[in-house]
Amino acid sequence: MQTPQELRYTKTHEWAKVTPHEIAVGITAHAQEELRDVVYVELPPVGKVLKQGEPAAVVESVKAAFDIYAPVSGTVTRANADVTKSPQLVNTDCYGAGWFFAVQPSQPAEVEGLLTAEAYAKLIAAAAH
Amino acid sequence: MNGGSELIFEQSVPGRCGVTFPPCETERPLEQLIPAGMLRRQPPHLPEVVEFDVVRHYTRLSQRNFSVDTHFYPLGSCTMKYNPKLNERIAAWSRFALLHPTQPASQTQGLLRMLYELEQLLCGITGMAAFTLQPAAGAQGELTGLKIIRAHHRAKRQNRPVILIPDSAHGTNPASAALSGFRVVEIRSGPDGMIDLGELKRHLSNEVAALMLTNPNTLGLFERNIAAITRLCHEYGALVYLDGANMNALLSIVKPADMGVDLLQLNLHKTFSTPHGGGGPGAGPVGVTAALADFLPVPRVRKTGERFRWDARGRRSIGRVHAFYGNVGVLVRAYVYIRTLGREGLERTSRAAIINANYLKAKFSTLVPIPFDDHCLHEFVASLKPLKASGVTAWDVAKRLLDYGYYAPTVYFPLVVEEGVMVEPTETESKATLDAFADAMARIVDEAREHPEWLKLAPQRLAIHRVDEVKAAREPNLRWRPDAKSAVANEASSLQTG
Repeated sequence: MQTPQELRYTKTHEWAKVTPHEIAVGITAHAQEELRDVVYVELPPVGKVLKQGEPAAVVESVKAAFDIYAPVSGTVTRANADVTKSPQLVNTDCYGAGWFFAVQPSQPAEVEGLLTAEAYAKLIAAAAH
Repeated sequence: MNGGSELIFEQSVPGRCGVTFPPCETERPLEQLIPAGMLRRQPPHLPEVVEFDVVRHYTRLSQRNFSVDTHFYPLGSCTMKYNPKLNERIAAWSRFALLHPTQPASQTQGLLRMLYELEQLLCGITGMAAFTLQPAAGAQGELTGLKIIRAHHRAKRQNRPVILIPDSAHGTNPASAALSGFRVVEIRSGPDGMIDLGELKRHLSNEVAALMLTNPNTLGLFERNIAAITRLCHEYGALVYLDGANMNALLSIVKPADMGVDLLQLNLHKTFSTPHGGGGPGAGPVGVTAALADFLPVPRVRKTGERFRWDARGRRSIGRVHAFYGNVGVLVRAYVYIRTLGREGLERTSRAAIINANYLKAKFSTLVPIPFDDHCLHEFVASLKPLKASGVTAWDVAKRLLDYGYYAPTVYFPLVVEEGVMVEPTETESKATLDAFADAMARIVDEAREHPEWLKLAPQRLAIHRVDEVKAAREPNLRWRPDAKSAVANEASSLQTG
């Protein structure tokens, strides 16, 4: 299972890519594999204020619908229109073209509490048993 | 002829006709009677077929359906019990079926009495003080309940924006709460699949409007701490809403009012044997305690002496939630069911539903894990996670069950069970049916190990094999158009731009 080193993760299977101005958010390879074929993605509007751990987006597969939680608090700066138009991007390129939205963090220190790639990989390995 | 999978439009032959239309006998030409903008210039695109083409087409389609009249239907959470034909016979009586909703109460005393008595019967079953029969479905009942919750707190001049919902609740609960403008906060279950009192307490505050819970929950488990849960909520001024969708386990055994519940909805199409019929019509009556009765939707049915009347007054009412008084034909069926069974019959119903579920659970537990393996009530959830080793999912097993002549159980719900399969046999089924179903499941578990490809290709024995659900969801083609080929292209492009 792919877990890029440069990203941070949540227990609820979101990833966060930290750059100087914003934090991009998506769901992990493990999450998209569990969901299987994604058929619908609903993203928060730009400008929406998110709180860490609260539902920020919705993803729906033929299996079920799931909330996607904000890994950090902040204001939505961008939302990926491509992924709402072509939800299969979540399955084909979850760490790239299948990203969900980006936020300007209001509590940058929250990032420190997110899982490292190593810790996240351990978490999903443990869940498989 | 292709066995009937053509659309009725595709069977059309120009010039073929099922009826002889009478000549137009209006005194003046139609152009003078109907405004030009409302007159068709071209005939409508109707299929040109004869009567038996229509009869054969729809009869064939109906024969492809699984239904409670033809198959065992263990669809967890849906309570697919048999719908007795007596209900249908009485609902079809002209005295019920031919009434018009705007007929004066003086001419509809019998129906009003039936509605009034049904409310009383539901009050008796649940212990609640008052009911509205208006909501047309379980989820509309939830919405009605949430509006009542809001009205209650508003009347106390309190702003409480949060609804607490356990992760074992029905999927519609968070959706209804969000639609009503509440913020949903999820309460995680403890390791036993029940609400963890400490976790609940941690989330309670004067911001919480209500706890919405399903009892027995979606794992089929009775919340043993229910009295403590409702007491705790009430200490914080929060109400407790019960999703009564699982009431089939409690009839004449436990009254929700005795658990401390403030309001609830019942699903007549589950517990009270009215048809689920292609997604509707259903009925989701809402019952409340005396303290909340003033907020119920209007009109209400009132009784004065021996007379029944509509009462549309209600200064504190949340207003109307359905035209007239809900799906009355459905209400007649539920009334007949309750009166036929009586108090003892209802109790035997619930006890048989519980015994059937536990019997089947015991049989399943020799095949696959049951993650929350407690005494279940009317349903249980098994996990097919071990089959993943051979690449087989709950989805594949569900499809294979169709080959064996069973409707598939609910899969992937509740989300707290991995590769979950939720089975609700209901009281309807005999031991022989349950044994045969468990045998089929045993064979499928063997197949999953030895011939996983059989499951991947299932269903094979039905007219329609595995359908492409992903394509159906991503590129829905919902409408027939005169030129089907260009229509599909148009649909696709409008989805792209829309």
